[in-house]
Amino acid sequence: MSTEEHAATPTEASEWPLEPTNNFAPGENNFIKVDNFKFFYGKKEALHGINLEIPSRKVTAFIGPSGCGKSTLLRNFNRMNELIPGVRHEGDITIHGTSIYDPSVEIIALRRRIGMVFQKSNPFPMSIYENIVYPLRIAGQNTRSVLDETVERCLRSAALWDEAKDRLNDSALGLSGGQMQRLCIARAVASRPEILLMDEPCSALDPIATAKVEELIIELKKDFTIVIVTHNMQQASRVSELTAFFYLGILIEFDNTRKIFTNPSMKQTEEYITGRFG
Amino acid sequence: MACFLASVLTIVLLAFIIGEILVKAWPAMIKFGLGFITGIQWSPNRGVFGVLPVLIGTVASSFLALLLALPLGLAIAIFLSEDFFPAPVRQVIRFVVETLAAIPSVVYGLWGIFVVIPLVQQYGAVLAAKFGFIPFLAGPAYGNSLLTASLVLALMVLPTITAISRSSLVAVPYTLREGSYALGATRWETILSVIIPTAAPGIVASGILGFGRAMGETMAVAMLIGNSQRLSWSLLSPSNTLSALLANQFAEADGIQVSALMYAAALLVVLTLGVNIAGEAVLRHTQKATAGLR
Amino acid sequence: MTSTAATSPKNFFSDAGKKTSLLRLFRNHFLTGLCIAISLLTLVPLFSIIVLVIKNGLPLLSTNLFTQLPPAPGLDGGGFGNAIVGTLVMVGISLGFSVPLGILAAVFVNEYASVSWLASVVRFVAKLLTGIPSIICGVFAFAAVVMTTHKFSALAGGLALAILILPTILLTAEQALLGVPYAFREASFGVGATPFQTIWCIVLPEAMPAIMTGVMLAVARAAGETAPVLFTALFSQNWIKGIMEPTASLSVLIYNFASLPYAYHIKLAWSASLILVVLVTLSNILAQVIFAPKHH
Repeated sequence: MSTEEHAATPTEASEWPLEPTNNFAPGENNFIKVDNFKFFYGKKEALHGINLEIPSRKVTAFIGPSGCGKSTLLRNFNRMNELIPGVRHEGDITIHGTSIYDPSVEIIALRRRIGMVFQKSNPFPMSIYENIVYPLRIAGQNTRSVLDETVERCLRSAALWDEAKDRLNDSALGLSGGQMQRLCIARAVASRPEILLMDEPCSALDPIATAKVEELIIELKKDFTIVIVTHNMQQASRVSELTAFFYLGILIEFDNTRKIFTNPSMKQTEEYITGRFG
Repeated sequence: MACFLASVLTIVLLAFIIGEILVKAWPAMIKFGLGFITGIQWSPNRGVFGVLPVLIGTVASSFLALLLALPLGLAIAIFLSEDFFPAPVRQVIRFVVETLAAIPSVVYGLWGIFVVIPLVQQYGAVLAAKFGFIPFLAGPAYGNSLLTASLVLALMVLPTITAISRSSLVAVPYTLREGSYALGATRWETILSVIIPTAAPGIVASGILGFGRAMGETMAVAMLIGNSQRLSWSLLSPSNTLSALLANQFAEADGIQVSALMYAAALLVVLTLGVNIAGEAVLRHTQKATAGLR
Repeated sequence: MTSTAATSPKNFFSDAGKKTSLLRLFRNHFLTGLCIAISLLTLVPLFSIIVLVIKNGLPLLSTNLFTQLPPAPGLDGGGFGNAIVGTLVMVGISLGFSVPLGILAAVFVNEYASVSWLASVVRFVAKLLTGIPSIICGVFAFAAVVMTTHKFSALAGGLALAILILPTILLTAEQALLGVPYAFREASFGVGATPFQTIWCIVLPEAMPAIMTGVMLAVARAAGETAPVLFTALFSQNWIKGIMEPTASLSVLIYNFASLPYAYHIKLAWSASLILVVLVTLSNILAQVIFAPKHH
């Protein structure tokens, strides 16, 4: 599919703040809408009124220098930031028109619908098999056939099946760094989420493992809406269709990846892309 | 040079302690051999010495104490490593547990005599009346009993277990906790299925080291266990431990009895050193294992 | 994968097992409550010990306790001045043995031979010594001193306590030396000091507060211990006359009097407990408050 069809189109985004665009047909899946969202660590305001709409079944990359708030925003989509004491937010984030802060939304349910992959791979010290079925087991699913089926499905979708199928009962800690990260991706999709959040998933990997994970990301967007935070601009340009550039807690520019990397509208974006700061 | 001598002296000291005890125990070892360990009679008047009941009492009281203290200690360790309460409150609990470790053994004994013994006597009698058909709870219920000693021992090893368990829980990388939460796990699902299994070797080590401490603990046990060398299944009967036996009999012993006590002391050293080395080994292994997770 | 028709917005969050999560949430809260309850439960015995020691120990508290001798069985009045002196003397003897030995060994391990096999053996032995039951220290002192001199004595008791606290002093001193920045040593060597001068003039003074913390912890430990002195120093009804005599101590006094059928002696045991707990707590606090801050 061509990126132009679904692209968010604030192409003339020279004015600020960014106007929310709505190029997505009503009823389209997994529409993450960030609405004037502010986030505070104690008194420090880390995000200053972000407006952003993320389309489904696309890869959206968040880029920007360290501390720009891209990870903070990502971690709000599944409310992981709430583990930190003394944080609060203003504004809203809706998925499919439902606010994730709605009292009727359980955090547990939310997190099952939104998988997350972390900067540092974090397989649990158990077997490969048990790692993947962990989200099922905690939800009370213990039927062997279901678990077996899930393990195969997830390992296949993480392109790990061929490497791991003969050692499912070995400890996950015996895998290589890249394999561990793909295992974490497999585990993240086990509860059939719709959205996959990736927080610098390749920053601890060597180039070959990185290439594999990137390939996987492109493969996975058929089934998932993927939001990826990355420091690596080549990576953003390789895997994503949309790119959001953050700076100092502000969303500077959100557009087609190709546009961002070839002809950005904002000066800061251009300077960051060309490596003049960050 | 002086430093070198001091180091050598420290090493020699351990050898000297063990050697001295073995030398003094030698006559009894020759005379009683392994029969000392399997014998069930200890009567200095008749020159008969067997420590089986005492060995059993040592292991049983320490094991029972561990059975009580491990779940409690683990619960406190979790309390201290989670954020149910703000840090100052947790600090208070931690201080309380550390204070438990600082109270002298003999004060535990005194407290046990006036608080725990009456309690065990009262409720032990009820237990024995209702559940006396179970050999472990058979009457008559004594205040000075294995159960009393174990209860106080549990309190005494609680700080050891809590401290070691806590540090192994805290050593579990935060990324694992995050990973579990992100998969939709609740706090306790995370604790039970990820954090405790990851920290398990350290928790096991805390249990082993707690067990070693309980076996070597002397005064409180000597004051509470009833010092009886008779074999009994019941937790409500008096019993004895190696260290309590030594505490009670050394001052008035002479001749072959001293040697027999030295033999018992050697057994105690072997037991506690063995358990402690095992515990340290597990702990060292744990530190390596969690280092790999980071 | 739900590559088929779209999940409708309404049930986006709801297929994730809302039914089961009620049970899961309940279990979560239940376990939290249980964990908190258990932790608070440990307060109860500690509270009981402290309250009883204070309540039963306070009534007899007067200067008489410190200046008089224990009464004969069945009689009232008197104190345990001899036991306090005895405890102090034996703790002093034990420090006399173990402080120089422990610090010298720590200096050797950390400054002269930090990687040699001998150093690791010393560390290992110190670790093993911490695991040895305190009564074994008593057994050793009995075998080595009491059986040789044919006398129960303060010296034997002090020696037993010395063995007990040696590993504490050695290990904390080693940590203290480790805490001295390496730059200090480099600076000293840089101006041409010998290793000996560096250690005695620079490193040890710098590490001293932390070493003193270890010593105070050792004092607390030694003062409270009973088993090592029980059949080495034994007990005495009288004031200490020399270190080669049987000597009273607070802890043995508690042990002996606790099981006597005389109300006054039991009260004395509680008072002795109070003084012992205060002594031990003071040493612990001293270790942490007075010395620790200087060392950060």
